[in-house]
Formats: sequence, structure tokens, C-alpha cells
Amino acid sequence: MTGTSFARNLRMLLPAISLVVLLVAIYALQPRAISYVGFNLMLNLAIPIALATIAQMCVITVNDLDLSIGTYVGFVACVGATMLTGGVAALPLVKDLQASGALPAVLPWIMQTPLAGVVVLAFGILVYAALGALIHWRNLPSIVVTLGMSFVWLGLSVLILPVPGGQAPAWIRQMMTLKPAFIPFPIIAAIVIAVIAHILLMRTSYGAVLRGAGGNPKAIERAGWSLLRVKAAMFALAGFFGMLAGLSLVGLTTSGDANIALRYTLLSIAGVILGGGEFVGGRISPVGAVMGAATLTLAGSMLSFMRISPDWQIGAQGAILIVVLAARTLIDRAERNR
Amino acid sequence: MNAAAFLRRLAGRPWLWAYVAAIAVWLVTILFTGGRGAGEVLTAAFTFATFSVIVGIGQMYVVTLGPGNVDLSIPATITLAGAVATKIMDTQDGMILAGLLVAIACGAAVGIVNYALIWLLRIPPIIATLSSSFLIQSAAIAYGRGIRIKPPPMLADFTTAQLFGMPVLAICIIVLAAVMELVLRRTLYGRWVTAIGQNIRAARLAGIDVGRTRFAAYVMSAVFAGLCGYLLSGFSGGSSLSMGEEYLLTSIALVVIGGSSVAGGNSNVPGLWGAALFLFLVVTMLNTYGFGAGMRYLATGLIIIAVIVAASARRPAR
Repeated sequence: MTGTSFARNLRMLLPAISLVVLLVAIYALQPRAISYVGFNLMLNLAIPIALATIAQMCVITVNDLDLSIGTYVGFVACVGATMLTGGVAALPLVKDLQASGALPAVLPWIMQTPLAGVVVLAFGILVYAALGALIHWRNLPSIVVTLGMSFVWLGLSVLILPVPGGQAPAWIRQMMTLKPAFIPFPIIAAIVIAVIAHILLMRTSYGAVLRGAGGNPKAIERAGWSLLRVKAAMFALAGFFGMLAGLSLVGLTTSGDANIALRYTLLSIAGVILGGGEFVGGRISPVGAVMGAATLTLAGSMLSFMRISPDWQIGAQGAILIVVLAARTLIDRAERNR
Repeated sequence: MNAAAFLRRLAGRPWLWAYVAAIAVWLVTILFTGGRGAGEVLTAAFTFATFSVIVGIGQMYVVTLGPGNVDLSIPATITLAGAVATKIMDTQDGMILAGLLVAIACGAAVGIVNYALIWLLRIPPIIATLSSSFLIQSAAIAYGRGIRIKPPPMLADFTTAQLFGMPVLAICIIVLAAVMELVLRRTLYGRWVTAIGQNIRAARLAGIDVGRTRFAAYVMSAVFAGLCGYLLSGFSGGSSLSMGEEYLLTSIALVVIGGSSVAGGNSNVPGLWGAALFLFLVVTMLNTYGFGAGMRYLATGLIIIAVIVAASARRPAR
């Protein structure tokens, strides 16, 4: 029996092992990278990716898949760079109208308040909740619905910000460039994200219900829980974490772009799987997902230390994914043979 | 068969709606121009629909295999095959056939890798094709190195040739689609694919070689993606690193709008053409009416969602 539990532990530790292996490799290649400044540079972009990965994980928990998370993060970034900074007045469309004289040069308070941005972002989360409800109610394939939504978010982003630009609110920029003592900000942020998601989904009783909806929906329904509400809640949670991803991203890039996060869709799925999550059955690991996101981000740094052209960055991410999945299959097989 | 029964039978075909919608959108478009440019709009629609239909056929066969089966490596394969083929051909007319073979070989190799990952690692096809697409995309970037090589003149001429306003390439792909519809409906292989999609366990018990059938479908999808990359690089004056990008979502959208079941086991090829024409004509219509890119994306997305909701009403949930 110890063999089985050993295999299970190994399987659980796989995300951590892959991350550590990568860090050791980076240390061997460039010891100076493992430092305060080094981590800041290498892991900055891991924050939005980790948040997007957690968002994707919420959707995967209930056996669905979100192909729109990338364009949604881009949409949030566009809103963040415009309406969250200067309200409706910050929209290029409104500025054009002002320039042509259709709108007065000085706009009333209501058009300048960043509250407009808050309202739009809240609307985004509502849309996510509604999608979850729709998918459950009509028993729709989530891949197709979110595929459609990816076009919708992209369209909205382009309407908000036809060309890259805008400016992120000062408070987000300050937050993303925090320099706390001793521990680099990205590491603190990653730990906070992982802990919050872990408590929310793994430690609360409703979290167990949410995961149960992926593992055994019938049992959850018979126990008196509304599956419709569970799905809406999980999608809303995904919308919330996706929003945080977009805001943290725009805090790093300081300006918005509709196409800024297109790769996040595939990266977030890869991160969840790398972190030990599974497509069906509600088997997820928030801590693993954050580690998976960090691993994927570090893969790029590793290549540059090895002096391999950045062309291969995406390839390295794919290779890591395959290696980790292969290791998992081997462990599973060893477990079964015992 | 009387007329009413014929109409009823026709109405039962899910793919019909894609054509009805395409014609409706076309009419609305030429309404705006007062009939001018009606033919040109159709020519353009057939030209651009052709490329998405090629990859749509492969994607449809994969989707037919049942829930969880989808090929995410299509865009990367298009890009790689386009890049490799244009480099091999090096603008020489004599190398056209070699280029085609190389593009198809690229596709076949990708398909074999995809299925090897699915089979060896026992992972969901989405993850397998996703991780291989990362590798293929990188290979394409590293191989292409951003230099745009022109396609051989003869290939460029062939991909842009027209016969009475109808693109020659579109005619070829209509024939290909017809053949693939026959394969799906009338051959043992097609019936196997459908059977696996309907109930994989029953299919296995019935003695179908599930592994080989799925393998063939994934290889086919990748080969069509390679073919698409080859033709696309001929059509658009060379390959580019982003040329495959839009075809991931488009290929899935075609399958859905064309009336095939996303859960697998129930597909049709004619719907792909209807859906491809419809999607292109919607974009043309919005362009004609002066809407920008944002509105076009928005409309495309809402249409996809509306179609899948409507389809769920037609087929009650299991």
C-alpha cells in the first residue's frame, strides 16, 4: 500500500517538482537570475497568467472549457486602460466626438468618473455567470459557446480601443511595481493567489459542492444543490479571476490592446493541466495551477539563458507540457501495476 | 415523392439552414448596393470560404469522433506547411508538385505526432493537439525566419484563377467536399467514424478498430491543414507566420454552424460550405453597411452562440 500512496504523492508533487527542476536549471545556467531583481523580471508576467489559469481552472472544475478567456482578459485590459482611468471620456470614440465638436470639450462629472469602468467590469462578470447558467440550462457544449464569446469580447475590445493605447490607472501600475522587502512581489502575489483559490475551492464547504458538480453532478443535485447556481457561480468566479488577470496585465504593460492576451486561452489550459488538473471529474489543484503558470512563464527565461532563440519559447512550453504529462502517465502506470 | 414530403425531408436537414442564412445575408447585402456587385460578392465569398472549408472537413471528421475530440493544431500546421512548401518551391514552377507533397507530408507528420501523444500519454485530444501545436508553431517560426518567399507563379495563378466568375479552386474543393461526404456516408470508414462518435464502447464491441479509425481522422485533419497552408501561401503571395491564426476558431465554427453535432456521431459535409459562405457574407454585409472590425467580431460571435442555442432547441438535451 505504501507504493500506491508513494505514487499518488509523487503525482501530486509533480507540478512542484517540474517548477523546482526548472529553477535549478536556471540557477545552473545563470546563478544571478535567482535573485530579487531576477525573480521580478522573470516572474512579472506570471501574475496575469496565473490569474487567467485560475479562471480557466474554475471552468474546468465543472467539466467545461473556456476558449474565450484570452480575449476576455484583453477586453478587461482595454477597459482598464480607458474607462477605469478616465471614465467614458477616456474612450477614443468620445474623444473623436469631442474633436469634431459633437460633444463639448469639458464633459460632465458622470462621463469622467472611473466608476463607469467598474460598472463595465461588473457587467463582464455578470455575462460570465449568465453563460454558465445558459450552458447548464440548454446543455450546450461550452467549447462552442465560449468560442462565440471569444469573438464577442474581441469585438467589444476593438470597439473600446480600436488601436492599442490608453493608460492604466495609476493605482494598478503602482501595485504591480511594488518592491516589498526581501521577497519579490511576483512571488508574494503568486502565493496569495494560490492560497486564496485553495481556501475558496478546497477548504470551504461550498467549494466541495462546486468541485462535486464536476465529479458527480447527480449526487450534488440529489443532495439538494442547484446545479444551475453552481455553474453560474463557477463561471462568475472565472470572470472575476479573469478580470484580475486583465487588470494586472494592464498594470504591467501600462496600455491596453485588444490582442494583448490572445495566447492566454491556450496557456491557461496548459497551466491547469500542468498543475495536475484534469478535464473531467472536478479534479483540480489551485496551488498546482499557479505553479503550472509559473513553470510556463519561466520556460521562456530558461531558453534565453541557454542562448536559444526566443522563437522556440512556445515550443519549450509545449515540450514541458508533454514531458510532465508523460511523467504523469508513467506514474499512473506504475501505480496500476502494483 | 410529392412536393410536400420533399420539402419536409429537406427541412429536416440541419445543414440547409446555413445555406438559407447565407442566401438571406447575400440578399441583404446586394439590397444596399442596389444589385451592383452581386456577382463579385459571391466570387469573393467562394474564394475565401474555400480555405476554411478545407480545414473544416478535417476538423469535422475529428469532431465526429465524439466528445473531447477536437484538433487545436490546425493553425500551426497551416503555418508550418505553408512556410516549408514555399521554401522548397523557391518560386520555381517545376517544384509545384514537390511543394504539394512536402506540405502534405508536413501535415501527415503532425497528425501522426498528435495521435501518438493521444495514444501514448492517454491524454485528452485537446491537450495533445494543444501541446503539439506549441511545438509546431515554434518550428514554423524558427524555419520561416520571417522571410517572405513568393509562391511559384503557376501556383499563384492556379489559386486565383476563375471560370465564369467561379474560382477554380472553389470548384476543386466542392468536388473534394462531395467526395468526403460520400466517404462519410457510404464507406465503411465513414460509418466507423460516426459509430465511434455515437457510442465508442458499442463501436469497440462491434469489432471496429477504434484506434486505427481515430488515427486516420487525426492524420486526415492535419493533412488537410497542410494542404490549406500550401494553397493559402500560393493565394496570398507567400506564407506568413500568422496566416493560420484565424482558422482554429473558424474551423470549429463551420462544424457547428453547418449543423454537425458537437457531441459527435452526427455530421455532414454540405453544411461546411453553407457555413463558410454564411460567415464570409456576414462580414461582407457588415462591411457594406459601414461597420468596423469591432462590430464584425461581435456579430460573428453572437451568430455562433445563437446557432448553438437554436440547435439545442432542435435536438432536445440527452
